[in-house]
Amino acid sequence: MIDESVDKSKRQFLTTALTVVGAVGTGYLAVPFLSQMQPSVKAMAAGAPVEVDISKIEPGQLIRVAWRGKPVWVLQRSPEVLETLKTLDGQLRDPESDESEQPVLSKNPARSLKPEIFVAVGLCTHLGCSPTFRPEVAPHDLGADWKGGFFCPCHGSWFDLAGRVYKGVPAPTNLEVPPYRYITDTQIIIGEAAEEKNA
Amino acid sequence: MNLKPTRLRMCGNWVLDRFPLAQVWNEHMAHYYAPKNFNFWYFFGSLALLVLVNQFVTGILLTMNYKPDAKLAFDSVEYIMRDVNWGWLVRYMHSTGASAFFIVVYLHMFRGLLYGSFKQPRELIWIFGMLLFVALMAEAFMGYLLPWGQMSYWGAQVIISLFSAIPVVGDDLALWIRGDYVISDATLNRFFAFHVIAVPLVLVLLVFMHIVALHEVGSNNPDGVDIKKSKDPWGHPTDGIPFHPYYTVKDVVGVAVFLIFFATVIFYMPEMGGYFLEHANFIPADPMKTPEHIAPVWYFTPFYSILRAIPDKFAGVIGMGGSIVVLFLLPWLDRGKVKSIRYRGGIYKKALLLFVISFVALGYLGTQPVTPLATTMARIFTAIYFGFFLLMPIYTRWEKLKPVPNHITMQPTLEERIPELKALFEEVTEVKSEGEISKRSFNPTGAKNVLIRTAKNLKESLD
Amino acid sequence: MKKLLSLFLLLLSFNVFASGGVELQDADIDLNDKVSLQRGAKHFVTYCLGCHSAKQIRYLRIAVDLGLDEKHVLKDIAPEGAGIYEQLHSAMNKHDAEKWFGTQPPDLSLIARSRGADWLYSYLKGFYTDKSRPFGVNNAIFEDVGMPNPLWQLQGEQQPVYETDGEKRTLEKLVSTSKGTQTAQEFDQTVNDLVNFLVYVGEPVQLERQQMGKYVLFFLFVFLAIAYLLKKEYWKDVH
Repeated sequence: MIDESVDKSKRQFLTTALTVVGAVGTGYLAVPFLSQMQPSVKAMAAGAPVEVDISKIEPGQLIRVAWRGKPVWVLQRSPEVLETLKTLDGQLRDPESDESEQPVLSKNPARSLKPEIFVAVGLCTHLGCSPTFRPEVAPHDLGADWKGGFFCPCHGSWFDLAGRVYKGVPAPTNLEVPPYRYITDTQIIIGEAAEEKNA
Repeated sequence: MNLKPTRLRMCGNWVLDRFPLAQVWNEHMAHYYAPKNFNFWYFFGSLALLVLVNQFVTGILLTMNYKPDAKLAFDSVEYIMRDVNWGWLVRYMHSTGASAFFIVVYLHMFRGLLYGSFKQPRELIWIFGMLLFVALMAEAFMGYLLPWGQMSYWGAQVIISLFSAIPVVGDDLALWIRGDYVISDATLNRFFAFHVIAVPLVLVLLVFMHIVALHEVGSNNPDGVDIKKSKDPWGHPTDGIPFHPYYTVKDVVGVAVFLIFFATVIFYMPEMGGYFLEHANFIPADPMKTPEHIAPVWYFTPFYSILRAIPDKFAGVIGMGGSIVVLFLLPWLDRGKVKSIRYRGGIYKKALLLFVISFVALGYLGTQPVTPLATTMARIFTAIYFGFFLLMPIYTRWEKLKPVPNHITMQPTLEERIPELKALFEEVTEVKSEGEISKRSFNPTGAKNVLIRTAKNLKESLD
Repeated sequence: MKKLLSLFLLLLSFNVFASGGVELQDADIDLNDKVSLQRGAKHFVTYCLGCHSAKQIRYLRIAVDLGLDEKHVLKDIAPEGAGIYEQLHSAMNKHDAEKWFGTQPPDLSLIARSRGADWLYSYLKGFYTDKSRPFGVNNAIFEDVGMPNPLWQLQGEQQPVYETDGEKRTLEKLVSTSKGTQTAQEFDQTVNDLVNFLVYVGEPVQLERQQMGKYVLFFLFVFLAIAYLLKKEYWKDVH
């Protein structure tokens, strides 16, 4: 029944053409299907910048606000704490924050726009647990080396009060500092980056 | 040089040694011999499978954002339509797919009626197909509650109340189905569970059995001839061709045409004038207020019409259920000895024509409000509907059958008909030349001749 | 069977005039007319949002789709204090709504999809004075509607003219009895803009959908052509 005069190359060509066009079509259809799993507008709305009033924060006090559903810490640091931070460099993995995530303007030893106010995403850079705030020096459970900082209960990572990670713990980098800027002296907005001023 | 393909082949062989993939492929595709003469009506089986896959994929995507909660359901659908990336496309593919499913399945079933595909030895294929149809109706009915609009709510209210017509246990049964005294959050939640898990599993299982049963006895064809009767020296039916590649490439053409219609609806008329997405379903469900006019979605309206036509609650429910039950009995109701309508007597052709008219008319009436005239009409058509099936054992005995050929016959393809169509076009039009431009315009006498000829042919073909 | 067919045709003709009452006027819907949509958005916030919400759409979406700057939308269209990601929520709370109207005014996000543009257009133009109603107005399209005419200052007042046929009294038309701040033509434009906006809000994606459809169909026709050629090539074998 099969003819000997079959033009095999034409068949091959048409089969390939149809396969290619079909694959392109399937590809185009896959784009909407896959991107519908991306964050929706509602998720983006929840990720909108948040304003935080910092006038009520006492020195040594930490408040938590939600930005993009993540805990963001705002901490008022005392001058003593800031002094302590300068002495820790030797024990830290990335004291200059070269490998860590932060806006350019927060890439300084205190990792903040103004030294006394520290803003950071409260999620451990290891596997995403939220570290606990342990400002006290040398508590019973953490030992005499503890200078005050953040302790991750999941896998035992240590961070100082500028969110910098200690050596010898699982977390690879310092805590992430989100983009934020001062609207007034007592109000910050998290999610919008501060603009660099040409000094 | 040839290292890569060899490795790939080795991997392939490793799998094939442990899994009968090639065997399955050969048995059901490459060495499955189908009659050569499948026509237009034979596209709808593969299309039904395509729509099923479409419903599965889009349905899974929809469940990612839909909330089966009476307080959240309606808004979550609008959330999909607006805030979710491409959610509108996925939702329209699913809602249009539901209607497309029924169009395809109704045409597929009609094919069965035309060519006697339900007759011996294919009774079981028909039974599985009917079970599929019932499961599909359950799937569609429960899915329609999920958007939680006014039509969703009141449609479900009406249909579940049908169960309360059953004597003795009816009220308790309806209560058990709803899980509440009215349609409520509990009902929505369980319908969601059925719609996304239970019924789809049943559908997949039945599709599998439908195809296995088909491939056991082989496909019927428009001539109703058994192609296994004459075989070539290699044991292949002389009237058959391997399903792959011949019918795979043909079905791809069918798929392309179908997708053009499907995409036209999705992109240009997703509501289809209120038939695919009903207007009242854009109002959130309100248990305190029934919409002025409630009608089920179009694919249920023929059966709904039968329900309304019968002036007694219990009898109405029986009538509606019976209209589906008789379909199951079809292989035993039809006593005609010949499968295909091509060689059947005029009486079956006329009966089938009447049945199709009454089915469409019942469908139309089901979308319209009740008036005394409409009710009378619905009763007449209901009588014809049941008459078609229940009188079948009698009238199919009187049939004057035509001789069935030993081999299948090949009808001219669409392409071969082009000269014929051209001649037809030339007959109904005439050339008028105005200066240098010559125009074709409508020719009444030619058209009249064509009409008379068509009517004569139609009358002849009904004998 | 001929009788059946003629009965069936009769039935079809019956349903044509099933709606009855005052005929609907045609709204001129053009979603490409961004300026009309912008005016409609402004009218919606001014005259409707006081009582009705449109909670399925966000100001951001309006800004993007109507080609407006986000800041412009917040300043000129949205009520004060609204955020760009917010949906069009009504200022009125549920308690007040039930005190004043006896019920919660419906959300209008999908009103154009459930009622249709012509209905909305005719409805908004169909208010007339009726002292027997709580708000002093009735509506020619939606009888005894529990809503005041939000546009009366623009439109002025209308009085009904009845046609009496024995006992039955049917509304024939409405005539203007006092002038509003807008001329009849300006008012028609205002209502049309508003309805245009509501049609847009009903399904914000509809323009995009139609534009996309062309490419999809073009692609499918190419696919069909190749599939057909392939089928023809293979079916040469079959005699």
